[in-house]
Amino acid sequence: MRGLEYHGILRADGPIVIAEHRENVGFSELVRVRDRSGEYRLGRVVDISEQAIAVQLFSENTGISIDESWIEYLEKPLTFRVGDGIVGRIFNGLGEPIDGYPPIISSDLRDTNGRPINPSARVYPRDFIQTGISAIDGMNTLIRGQKLPIFSGNGLPHNRLAAQIVRQAKVLSGESQFAIVFAGMGIKYDVARFFIDSFEKSGVLSRVVMFLSLADSPSIERLVTPRTALTAAEYLAYEKNMHVLVVMTDMTNYCEALREVSAARNEVPSRKGYPGYLYSDLASLYERAGKIEGCEGSITQLPILSMPNDDISHPIPDLTGYITEGQIVLERDLSQRGIYPPIAGLPSLSRLMKDGIGEGMTREDHRDLAAQLFSAYAYVRSVRDLAAIIGEEELSDRDKIFLGFGDHFEREFLAQGEFENRSIEQTLDLGWKMLSILPESELVRIPPRLIEKYLPRAAEPEAKE
Amino acid sequence: MSAGEITRISGPVIYAQGLADAGLYDVVKVGKAGLIGEIIKLKGDLATIQIYEDNTMMRVGEPVECLHRPLSVALGPGLIGSIYDGIQRPLPVLKGLSGAFLAPGLAGEPLDTRKKWHFVPSLKEGEPIAPGTLFGTIQETDSIQHRMVFDASVPASTAATVAPEGDYAISATLVKSGEGKEYTAVSYWPVRTPRTFKEKQVTREPLVTGLRVIDVLFPIAKGGSAAVPGGFGTGKTMTQHAIAKWCDADIIVYIGCGERGNEMTEVLTEFPTLIDPRTGRSLMERTILIANTSNMPVAAREVSIYTGITIAEYYRDMGYHVAVMADSTSRWAEALRELSGRLEEMPAEEGFPAYLPTRLAEFYERAGMVTTLEDRKGSVTIIGAVSPPGGDFSEPVTQHTKRFIRCFWALDRDLANARHYPAISWNDSYSEYTEDLIAHWDAIDPSWDTLRSKTMEILKKERRLADIVRLVGPDALPDEQRLILLTAEMIKNGFLQQSSFDKVDMYCVPPKQTLLLACILTFHELAENAIKNGSPLLKISSLPIREKIIRLKSSLENEKVQEGQAVIQEIRAAFAQLGTTAQGAVSA
Ligand SMILES: Nc1ncnc2c1ncn2[C@@H]1O[C@H](COP(=O)(O)OP(=O)(O)OP(=O)(O)O)[C@@H](O)[C@H]1O
Ligand SMILES: [Mg+2]
Repeated sequence: MRGLEYHGILRADGPIVIAEHRENVGFSELVRVRDRSGEYRLGRVVDISEQAIAVQLFSENTGISIDESWIEYLEKPLTFRVGDGIVGRIFNGLGEPIDGYPPIISSDLRDTNGRPINPSARVYPRDFIQTGISAIDGMNTLIRGQKLPIFSGNGLPHNRLAAQIVRQAKVLSGESQFAIVFAGMGIKYDVARFFIDSFEKSGVLSRVVMFLSLADSPSIERLVTPRTALTAAEYLAYEKNMHVLVVMTDMTNYCEALREVSAARNEVPSRKGYPGYLYSDLASLYERAGKIEGCEGSITQLPILSMPNDDISHPIPDLTGYITEGQIVLERDLSQRGIYPPIAGLPSLSRLMKDGIGEGMTREDHRDLAAQLFSAYAYVRSVRDLAAIIGEEELSDRDKIFLGFGDHFEREFLAQGEFENRSIEQTLDLGWKMLSILPESELVRIPPRLIEKYLPRAAEPEAKE
Repeated sequence: MSAGEITRISGPVIYAQGLADAGLYDVVKVGKAGLIGEIIKLKGDLATIQIYEDNTMMRVGEPVECLHRPLSVALGPGLIGSIYDGIQRPLPVLKGLSGAFLAPGLAGEPLDTRKKWHFVPSLKEGEPIAPGTLFGTIQETDSIQHRMVFDASVPASTAATVAPEGDYAISATLVKSGEGKEYTAVSYWPVRTPRTFKEKQVTREPLVTGLRVIDVLFPIAKGGSAAVPGGFGTGKTMTQHAIAKWCDADIIVYIGCGERGNEMTEVLTEFPTLIDPRTGRSLMERTILIANTSNMPVAAREVSIYTGITIAEYYRDMGYHVAVMADSTSRWAEALRELSGRLEEMPAEEGFPAYLPTRLAEFYERAGMVTTLEDRKGSVTIIGAVSPPGGDFSEPVTQHTKRFIRCFWALDRDLANARHYPAISWNDSYSEYTEDLIAHWDAIDPSWDTLRSKTMEILKKERRLADIVRLVGPDALPDEQRLILLTAEMIKNGFLQQSSFDKVDMYCVPPKQTLLLACILTFHELAENAIKNGSPLLKISSLPIREKIIRLKSSLENEKVQEGQAVIQEIRAAFAQLGTTAQGAVSA
């Protein structure tokens, strides 16, 4: 009952507190634990039997003692208070303001777990978002309502890329209300600062809602941060009809917090100690992206995760890739060669691209052009492998032409300035220019009609470097 | 009805006391909200229950009511074109109740109770009834006639009354037995029990999918079972969508089991606009969707597979060929694992319960070509996607699945990265149905088997040569061997690769499949001869006809396959020309 505290707990084990079952609590109910110094912590009921309950705390357990703890049951799940006033504000992971301004005035409390969207109420996302980045627009198109993560590694420029996307993203078919929701989990203060500065410089800071659970705040808080953030996003998208772009970083920190709690509950782990339900848990976040019937707004998700040891088959990127609608993969090798953005040509993918491009959306040649670029670039990679063994001189003439193409493709098409904003036409034309390096008979993925129309003829084929 | 009380809540698993007379796998209504659950363990009067809905704020002491029947699906006219969640709740109806977001505790009739169907009796009063007796038909869609056949649970008797031809709602009594039992157009069947049939048959008929790499290299039979394993983004869903659209089954049951919501929406928005080439009707008129997406309750995900397969068996029992797509069986296995973990069972490999292989076997065993109780022929074909962690096929779900299926369409990461779709690897895939299907193809196109084995042979040779090339480069090979590489390239680009986005090529009728192969292999044969006669490979590879062959898949429409014969003539002409110029060069 609210306002009534029960004295004492039975056991404290990592983030899990076991207490006597003295009030008829609900599953997943929010509780507040006060310690001897008078400090409060929030937690959630995760198991109830007739005698005892288990509470998972959202913060450190230091200072919790068996005798000198008091528990209060708040008779609701963890909620976030929504209202017009949230835009432009900064909250902690639990949704409490940390920017020094007054609390949100609103009686509208939302369960942060949200509810699954009824699949028959979804609207299939089709609207092309121009990011001004050729590697994305041309090859891995972002669509409004998509969940498209950035798979990165330590030291790679994922933050700069995310900031560039936020800065340049626009929908070609007219203006509309937009907002940005930023969830920072376990990131350092300077990363948060980088984003705030970058939002400020591009003049969007007043449209940003920030949820920060920085590296120095309790790791368990990271488990609720994205949920609180997505609750805010759902409110803005589905009730205020805004187009919301949600940046969530770093999902790896989130998953590690999940593993920590799972271990504390003695659950049977699956791969690398992560719980068997990591997939379902991540899905409960990522599936909150999309569009629904009868509503203008949308939620587009741009989660960022660092692949431990650059390993894409690690459970975190792996399960993410199984849920999201594609992935933008950053490649260390490209980055070391000075190519920004170092977006890997082959493992990157946008699954919603297929229905958002082409005549009437981008341009009629987009799909075939992209397919041809992918297949040519894939061949370049195999030629490079061969060249590494037999030497470049030994390659056939055809293969040498492909090597040249690969070089131009990486340096001119993939690479661009951090502040360079290319229109979709520029991107596509550049793609054709790259293809003009290859003999026309190699372009079997493109119908002759489009080759006729778009392939620049005047250009001298640059065969060799 | 017996009433019990919740004693423990641990996520979607709860424990209840006081259900002594309940049976294992009985359906229960849990808590004040009346959430649907199923008893999965009984010990004395302590029942372990899995709940199919979100149970936030549920409390110990809340009531549990046992319905004393196993979890069942409602079977009757109106299933076609529907979309259900894992426990057969109609999603559009739920949308009407709670809006765009699913709330716990909702209920909806699986079949439209108001709609009137035109019933034509096939039974006369006084005639005997027994399992397998047809008692009437209803035209469910333009192409699907709903045959109402008494199932195995119906006791033998005689028909006391039979409703005359006319329009009835599904609740109307159509037949009354001598004992006074009433039968409507709807029957119920427990999802975990396979439906009864007379006997299984050996399957010798192909399920034509329209995907060349499958139909020619790794064909599947009607009533067969196949697995599509592959890492994320390699094309499992696209392959299943393509088969669901174009295969020659009568009915498709598509189970979205723990996958993306948008993929279901895609089917819902796209299928109604596509025309089934065989019936001329919209594809939605042969499709049933089960959507329990990754963010919907995990226990319902576990059941969704059974809900889908039971509906498939129901139409099989009317004498239809049904194809079931299950995307993804790995998510189903993970649901098992999650529930097993909650039950604190002893895990076997990677946390999966020890009974995982048994469950997989039971599921795939429900595929088959059967003689129905009514003595007709019907089949259920199962095509299950497998999502191995890290794309590594040595993990338990892929390995155990392999034991129970006979068709393995392995998706390859490198092919997918190079955007070679479908990324079905010709090295790692196999089909054990090929032998059984040769007789069928022989009767239609005697060249099928030869073309197929020649293609396989060239691909096999190419694999060996590619290993050499990787070490020394292609220049070290003689022209005959480099021709193998060239032909293999043509097979890959002009035959195996088939984009789902190509309006002409997204599905390919069998005559066109063999024609494309015949073109490539004719080219190969003539090129072999030309090389023997001294023509350099470079000249052969730059023949314009080569590009034309590669593009033929996209330029030749299915309806105009006959015109393709001319291409074979053109190939011969091109080589004849080459022969004379080569000859000329020698004599000069
Ligand atoms: N046959 C095909 N034709 C054209 N494109 C394809 C084909 N198969 C796959 N693709 C491309 O690959 C992408 C991923 O395919 P798909 O969604 O089927 O992968 P998946 O194996 O189901 O992945 P996941 O396990 O994550 O669900 C598609 O969005 C599409 O762009
Ligand atoms: Mg898929």
